[in-house]
Amino acid sequence: MTFIDLLLSILLGAYPIGVAAALGARGALGRGLVAGCGLAGALAGFGLGAVCLGTGIVPTVSAPFLPLTGFALRVDGLSAFFLIVIGVVGAAVSVYGFGYSAAYEGRYSLRLLGAMLNVLLLSLSVQVMADNALTFLMAWEAMSLSAYTMVLTEHDRPGTIRAGHWYIAVTHAGFVALLAMFLLLSAGDLTTSFAGMRSASLTSGTRDAAFALALLGFGTKAGIAPLHVWLPMAHPVAPSHVSALMSGVVIKMGVYGLLRVTIDLLVGGPPWWGGLVLGVGTVSALLGVLYALMEHDLKRLLAYHSVENVGIIFIGIGAGLMFQSFGLPTLAALGIVAGMYHTINHACFKGLLFLGAGSVLHAVGTRNMEEMGGLIKRMPRTAFFFLLGACAISALPPLNGFASEWLVFQTLLGGSAIPQPEVAVVMPIAVAMLALTSGLAAACFVKAFGITFLAIPRSARAEQAHEAPWSMQAGMATLAVACVALGLLPFAVVPLLGSSLAGLPGVAPAAMEFTLALPLQVPGTSGQMSPSLLALGLVLLLVLVPLALRMLGADRRLRVGDTWGCGRIGQTPRMEYTATAFAEPLRRVFAELYRPTRDLSIDFHPASKYFVQSIEYRSEIHPWLERLFYDWPLQGLHRAAVWVRRLQGGSLHLYLFYLTLAFLILLTAARWWR
Amino acid sequence: MNVAVIGYALEAAQATLALLLAPGLVGLVRWMKARLQNRRGAPVWQPYWELAKLFQKEVVVSSNASWLFRVAPFIVFTSAVAVTFLVPILAVPLPFDGVGDLLVVVYLLLLGTFFLSLAGLDPGSPFGGMGASREMTVAALAEPTVALAIFALALSAGSTNLGQIVARTMADPAAAMSPGHLLAFGALFVVTLAETGRLPIDNPATHLELTMIHEAMILEYSGRYLALIEWAAALKLLIFFSLLGNLFVPWGVSVVLTPVALAVAVVSLLAKLVVLAGVVAVLETRIAKLRLFRVPELLSVSFVLALLAVTSSFLLR
Repeated sequence: MTFIDLLLSILLGAYPIGVAAALGARGALGRGLVAGCGLAGALAGFGLGAVCLGTGIVPTVSAPFLPLTGFALRVDGLSAFFLIVIGVVGAAVSVYGFGYSAAYEGRYSLRLLGAMLNVLLLSLSVQVMADNALTFLMAWEAMSLSAYTMVLTEHDRPGTIRAGHWYIAVTHAGFVALLAMFLLLSAGDLTTSFAGMRSASLTSGTRDAAFALALLGFGTKAGIAPLHVWLPMAHPVAPSHVSALMSGVVIKMGVYGLLRVTIDLLVGGPPWWGGLVLGVGTVSALLGVLYALMEHDLKRLLAYHSVENVGIIFIGIGAGLMFQSFGLPTLAALGIVAGMYHTINHACFKGLLFLGAGSVLHAVGTRNMEEMGGLIKRMPRTAFFFLLGACAISALPPLNGFASEWLVFQTLLGGSAIPQPEVAVVMPIAVAMLALTSGLAAACFVKAFGITFLAIPRSARAEQAHEAPWSMQAGMATLAVACVALGLLPFAVVPLLGSSLAGLPGVAPAAMEFTLALPLQVPGTSGQMSPSLLALGLVLLLVLVPLALRMLGADRRLRVGDTWGCGRIGQTPRMEYTATAFAEPLRRVFAELYRPTRDLSIDFHPASKYFVQSIEYRSEIHPWLERLFYDWPLQGLHRAAVWVRRLQGGSLHLYLFYLTLAFLILLTAARWWR
Repeated sequence: MNVAVIGYALEAAQATLALLLAPGLVGLVRWMKARLQNRRGAPVWQPYWELAKLFQKEVVVSSNASWLFRVAPFIVFTSAVAVTFLVPILAVPLPFDGVGDLLVVVYLLLLGTFFLSLAGLDPGSPFGGMGASREMTVAALAEPTVALAIFALALSAGSTNLGQIVARTMADPAAAMSPGHLLAFGALFVVTLAETGRLPIDNPATHLELTMIHEAMILEYSGRYLALIEWAAALKLLIFFSLLGNLFVPWGVSVVLTPVALAVAVVSLLAKLVVLAGVVAVLETRIAKLRLFRVPELLSVSFVLALLAVTSSFLLR
C-alpha cells in the first residue's frame, strides 16, 4: 500500500465512520468523534492533494462495487487543488463545530447535523475526484441534500423553512441543467469516463449548448447573479460552521465544475464563452457587494460577499477563457490561475469570517449588527481574527485577498494584447468594476467590523458577551494562519497553481511555467510585486516608528477620558452611528439600484411640535432586479401548480390509474426511442 | 561604492526627504491660499511647529476606545511611509521597484484609510462614525478612477511598475502629450483632491461638524497620535503630487546616480510641488465645497475621463 493509497483510504473511510459515530454516540463524545473523523478525513484529503500536486502522480480508482454502475475516481492536478481547498476549510470547520454545536445539545438534532457534516465533506471530496458523470452527479446530489438538511437544523426559527425551499428548488433546477449537459457530452451514457468525453467529437452547436447548460447549472451552485437569490437566504440560517463550509467550499464546486467542463472536457471554446463568464462575473461582483452594504444581518452580509467573490473568481476565469480563444495561452493560464488563487483565498477568509460571525452569534444570540458593539473588549481573539479576515476580503496588502485580486488585475491589463476594439472597451470596464467592488468591499467591512466590534455595546446581550471556547478559536486560528500564509507566499502558491493545470487539454503546457522568484513576476505582463518583502517592510516600520518617537523624546503620557460630545455629559449607545447610518451615503448614491422606501413617523409632544416624543424610522430596499428575473416564472409556476392540483382527487383508484399510465408511457417511449 | 548600497541609501534619502518636505507642502498650500485671499497667512513652516507641539502634548483617549484606536495611527503613518519607498520621488529605477507597483501603492493607501475609518468608529462618537462613513464612500467611489488611470498608464508603458512607467514616458516624450495621458492626468488630479481631502470634496480648514469628512473622523485624536495622523495626511498629499508630477511629466527624475543628476531631481521635484500646490491653492480659493451628495457626480466625471483615457490610448496605439 503506497502512501497515496493510505491517504485515499483514510479519506474515504474516516467520513463514513464519522457518520456512524454521529448516529451512535451522544453528548461530548459524539461531537468529539464527529469532529475527529471530519478532521482526519479533511487532513487526509489535504495531504492527498498536496502529494499529488507536488509529485505529479495521477492516481485512479475504479470500483464497480455499486450494483448498477461504475464508480470511478481520478485525482489530477485540478482535483488535487480542490482537495486542498476542501481540506483546509473542512479541518477548521470540524474543529470549530465541536465547540459550536455544544449549544445545540438538547435543542436540535445533533445526530443529523454531525452525520450530514461528514456526508457533505465526503461528497465534496468524491465530487472533485469523480472521473465520470455518474459519480460526479451522485456526489453532487449528496452534497446538495446534505447541505439542505443542515440548512434546516434550526427549523423552528423564522425564515429557515423558506430558505430551505429556495435552496432546494434552485439547486435542483441547476441539477437538471447539469444532467442535460452530461447527457449531451456523453451521448446518453453517464458512465462514460471523462477521458471518453474529451475525445468525443461534438458539433459546435452541441458544444455551445453544453457550455450554456454548464454555466447555468454550475452558476446556480456558485451563486452568480441573477442565480444567487437562494444564497443570502440559505447560508445565514445554517449553523455557522456549516455556513463557513457552504460559502467557503460548497459554492466553489460551481467553480470547479465550470473549470472541469470548459478547459478540460470541452477543451476551450469561442470568445463569447469567456466574455459571458467575464460579464456575469462582473455583474455578480458589483451586485453582491452593493447588496451586502445594505445588510445589517452579519451573516447575510457575509453571504452577499460570497456572491461578490465568486464574481471576482469568474472575472479571472472568464478573462482566461477569452485569452485562450484568442490564442494567448500565457495570459489564459494567468487568468485561470488568478481565479483559482482567489478561490482558495476566498475559501479561507470567508470561512474565517463566517466562523467569526458564528462566535459572535454564539455570544450575543443575534445576527443583527445594530444590537452589537464593543465586542472587541469582550471577545478580543474573535475580534482579532475577524479583523484579519475583514482586511483580507477587502484586498488590503499584504494579505491573501490582495495577492489574488492583484493577479486578476494583471490579467485584465493583459487584455491590451487582444487586437479587438470590443475587447478594448470590455476589459477596462471590468477593471473599473473590479476596483469599485474592492473599494465598496472595504467600506462594507469597515461597517461590519466597526459596528459589530467597536465602540459601546448597543444591547444588554452584547454587554454580557463572552469569548468563544478554545475549539472555536482553534478553528478560526487555522484559517487566519492560512490567510496570512497565502498572502505572503504568492511566489510559491502561483507556480503550484500553474502545475495543477498540467495535463488539462484546454491550457497550453508551456504557459504554466511561473517563476519562483521573490518578487512575483507575471509572464505576459511585466507587473511585479512582493507581498512578503512588503510585509517585512511594514513590520519593520511598525517597530521603528514608535522607537524613533521614544528616542526623539515625544511625550508618552496617556490619559483616559470621555468621548467628546459637544458639552453633553454622558454617552449612551443610542448616540452611536448605526450600520444603517454608515451605509446611508452609498444608499443615496446607488438609489436607482436599491429604490429604497422610507417610512418616517414622528410623535410630537402635545405642548409643542418642537419637542419630539418618539421617532420611528423604517427603511427597506426594493430588490427590483431580482424580482425582474423571478416574479414571472414564479407566478407561472404557481398557476401551473393550481392547475395540476386538479389531478389530485383523493381516490386511490385514480392514483393507481396514473401510475399504470405513466409506466406504460415510459415503456413505450423507451421502446420507441431505440 | 557598491551600486546596491547606493540604491538603498537613495531609498532612505528619498523617504526622509518626503517625510521632511510633507508638512512644508501643506504649509505652502495654506500660505498661498492666504495670500490669494488677501490674508497674511501663517508662515510656510507653521505645520512643523504644530507637529512639534503635538508630539510634546499628552494623549487623551476615550474610555470607549479599544487597542485598535491606539494602533491605527501607527498603521496609517507606516503605510504612508512605506509608499514613499515605492514611488519614484527622486530617481528610477529604485531597488524596491519590484516590491510594489502602482496597484500596491493604491491599496497600501487604502489600508491606511481602512484603519483610520475603524478608529473613527471606535470611540463611539457620532462624528467619528459620520466621518468614517463619508471617507469610505469617497474612497470607494474614487477607486475605479484610480484603477483606470493606472490602466491607461500601464497600456502605454506596458507595465504597472512605477519605474518602468517613468522610464517609458521619458524615452518617448510624445507619449506625455498623447490624449490618453492628458485625460488620465485630469482623472487622477480629481482623485488626488478626493483622496487628500481638499476642496471641493472636503474642506481641510473646516471645523464645522456636519461638513467635515477627514476632520470628523480624527476628532477624538490628540497628542502624538494626532501628530502621526496629520503627518501621514501631509505625506499622502506629497505622494499624490509626486505621482502626478513624476508619472506624467517625468523630466527631472534622475536616471543616473550622479550628484548633479540628483541635485537636478531635487530641484525639479520642488518646482513640480510648488506648481501643483499653486494650482490647488487657486482652485481652493475659487470654488466652494460641494454638497456631499454632489461629490459622486464629480467622481463620475473623473471616471469618464479615465475611461476615455484608456480607450483612446488603446485605439491610438
